[in-house]
Amino acid sequence: MAETVTLKIRRYHPEKASEPYWQSYEVPLRREWMILDGLNYIKDHLDGTLSYRWACRMGVCGSCGMMVDGEPVLTCATYLEKLLPGPIRVEPLRGFPVIRDLVGDLDDFIGKLNKVKPWIIRREEEEKDPAEGEYLQTPQQLEEFKRYSMCINCMLCYAACPIYELEPHFLGPAAIALAQRYNMDSRDQGAIERMKELSQDEGIWACTFVGECSEVCPKDVDPAGAIQRYKLTAALEWYKSLLLPWRKQ
Amino acid sequence: MGVVCRLKGFISVETSSHDVLLIGGGGAGLRAAIAVAEVDPSLSVAVVSKVYPMRSHTVSAEGGAAAVVKESDSLEAHAYDTISGSDWLADQDAVEVFVEEATREMMQLEHWGCPWSREPNGRIAVRPFGGMKIERTWYASDKTGFHMLHSLFQTSLKYRAVTRYDEWFVSALLVDEGRCQGVVAIELATGRVHAILAKAVVLCTGGCGKLFAFTTNANIKTGDGMALAYRVGVPLKDMEFVQYHPTGLPFTGILITEATRSEGGWLLNKDGYRYLQDYDLGTPEPTPVKRSMELGPRDRLSQAFMAELEKGRTIETAHGQVVHLDIRHLGAKVIDSKLPFVRELCLKYENLDPVKELIPVRPVAHYQMGGVHTDLVGKTDLAGLYAAGEVACVSINGANRLGSNSLTELLVFGRRAGQAAAEYAAQQSAPSGAVLAQAADEEHRLEVLLRGDGGGERISVIREEMQLAMEAGAGIYRDEKGLQETAEKIEELKERARKITLDDHSLTFNTELTAGLELTNMLDLAEAMIHSALERRESRGAHQRTDHPERDDEHFLAHSLAYRVEDRSPRIDYHPVVITRWPPGERVYGR
Repeated sequence: MAETVTLKIRRYHPEKASEPYWQSYEVPLRREWMILDGLNYIKDHLDGTLSYRWACRMGVCGSCGMMVDGEPVLTCATYLEKLLPGPIRVEPLRGFPVIRDLVGDLDDFIGKLNKVKPWIIRREEEEKDPAEGEYLQTPQQLEEFKRYSMCINCMLCYAACPIYELEPHFLGPAAIALAQRYNMDSRDQGAIERMKELSQDEGIWACTFVGECSEVCPKDVDPAGAIQRYKLTAALEWYKSLLLPWRKQ
Repeated sequence: MGVVCRLKGFISVETSSHDVLLIGGGGAGLRAAIAVAEVDPSLSVAVVSKVYPMRSHTVSAEGGAAAVVKESDSLEAHAYDTISGSDWLADQDAVEVFVEEATREMMQLEHWGCPWSREPNGRIAVRPFGGMKIERTWYASDKTGFHMLHSLFQTSLKYRAVTRYDEWFVSALLVDEGRCQGVVAIELATGRVHAILAKAVVLCTGGCGKLFAFTTNANIKTGDGMALAYRVGVPLKDMEFVQYHPTGLPFTGILITEATRSEGGWLLNKDGYRYLQDYDLGTPEPTPVKRSMELGPRDRLSQAFMAELEKGRTIETAHGQVVHLDIRHLGAKVIDSKLPFVRELCLKYENLDPVKELIPVRPVAHYQMGGVHTDLVGKTDLAGLYAAGEVACVSINGANRLGSNSLTELLVFGRRAGQAAAEYAAQQSAPSGAVLAQAADEEHRLEVLLRGDGGGERISVIREEMQLAMEAGAGIYRDEKGLQETAEKIEELKERARKITLDDHSLTFNTELTAGLELTNMLDLAEAMIHSALERRESRGAHQRTDHPERDDEHFLAHSLAYRVEDRSPRIDYHPVVITRWPPGERVYGR
């Protein structure tokens, strides 16, 4: 007899009910199945009304983050078998308004991405034409920011962040890590420009290096480390501006 | 256009308007958007995508992107590798343009922050890929597509002229007076149907790997753009050519990059024997030799697997027959620095460590060489409609794409299409109101699918039957009988797909509705693919007919063009291949 496991899913269907509710489904328990395979089984065979996002199912597109038994995870990279005996609770990522079922609204994050200017900024006179070749960057210089460039925008760190929950203006772990990714790129000259945005963010100073964000990160980006490094740079810049007030921003 | 029937009247057509509209926010779409913004910042440009741009399938590409950069390399060598790899079906004028512009585009991406792997002196590092004379594959460790996509996405944010419609699903093109004038799209969050008018539309929706059960492709790769074009009479070119990548993980189909082999990995059969030496691909050497053995082209390697399978020399697993990819001898240091994602994927999805264990692999549907027929700037046969990337067929890929050309293709032809569309749009008057009546018709079609009783057919059942039929009839080896059976099956499924009944009749983020539309798209493409394959009575590149095992240049050195015919099989025409400097010859590897 095939074994099964229960997925207990937090549903929300604004056209039908104003409040979320729980619904349970029995899905086959297969050794190689992830939580996402269980959801797909439900969608295909049991209930076509269940809504959730997924795409690459190889842990790189960042679509399928959800709360599973209370922890933010990528559902395409979390085995059913690891969460026995069940029922396994599946909920939308914490901290985001829910559109429908397991689909959260990411508009706030997308707006924050824009704010930190996540692109290479160079002084106009130092721009090169592509025909002039690459900006040299040694493997060591690449290593400086590489880790922060690995973020897949899966939002697990926001779901884990105690400050984002309380302080919605907080830019949040992924956006700050991305700002640092560019600040620390040897090709970039935009750190001061980015600082204008980042320094207005009270949330950064509230971040206490508890590091929940880094713990849940599936790509080992270490946003908590990025935030701490940013604080250090910001303090240094502030100190320099006191000592050298004439220094050009 | 008469009265619009509203079943419940929830949906209403709303209208917005842009100069250039890009459908799809992956590598090609974002590169095109930036091109439009740079050509003329006064143009209004918008990107419509059914997912947030950084979820696009470009993100999954691993190994690298080709462009000549080494002193010892040349544009001729890149062109020759591409053309011989294509089994002489690529258009050589397109290939020449491609190799010429590739390096500048890749360098541009470097300037936009892409974290390319480097030499100790700070220069771009390159590695060889299959079918390549000289190494020219740029890489960002083994997450090249991921880094390219995020660099493009983040860079696109600085262009204020670019509007985005994230998580909007395009269900139809609007065509009037022989000109494409916009699209109908569903805003997923609300279910509202919109007409987005535009002077020029560029399709950048990628490939259609989900036609097959076992594929490297993401769930979103349902060939939407190809189907949109096909339905308004634009021909699909070379659809019979589907690339099987030789090394996918069993069960998941997750790709294990060719870079494993360029770094020195071996393919072994059940006896631990490097079997490729038996298939005219060279002799085994301890270190990689270019255009030889494991660095042969993908079509030949996938075919060699099938031969090993026939001989009973593959390994049986719970998820089918496999061979082994051995990278143990590279050691943890090389694997962690050059192939960290491979290790991560094996650990997470196969529960094995490639530093110490063999990786089970088998060929997996990976890439569609064919697509919307375009010219060298992405222009289709319909005025105002352009296409770039995997959705398009320019063609530089012919019968078999050279590994690491597809990422570069996104940049070169994304830019070209964006620029051409911008120039065209600048000359055009605003779209006519006539298309709004068509938008109302489309809204009606959507209402019927959403609210209708259908006939009780289920999306997942039809999809699975389609995928199995495609694998059975249109896999690595094909013949008349198998193709004919699949053609009949697809016809039956198309009929049944008219009777789909949804469980979900609501408007808010209805992913069952979009799955239904995607299925309809895929069935149209399956039809085009099967009939193109039936008509091509030869073997070339990735299209291998056991009943016609030889290449036949006399009759088939030509691109197939599939035209949709209402309620009948598609009409297949042929279009000449452009030959400039490389007359068709034998494909020689390993000797």
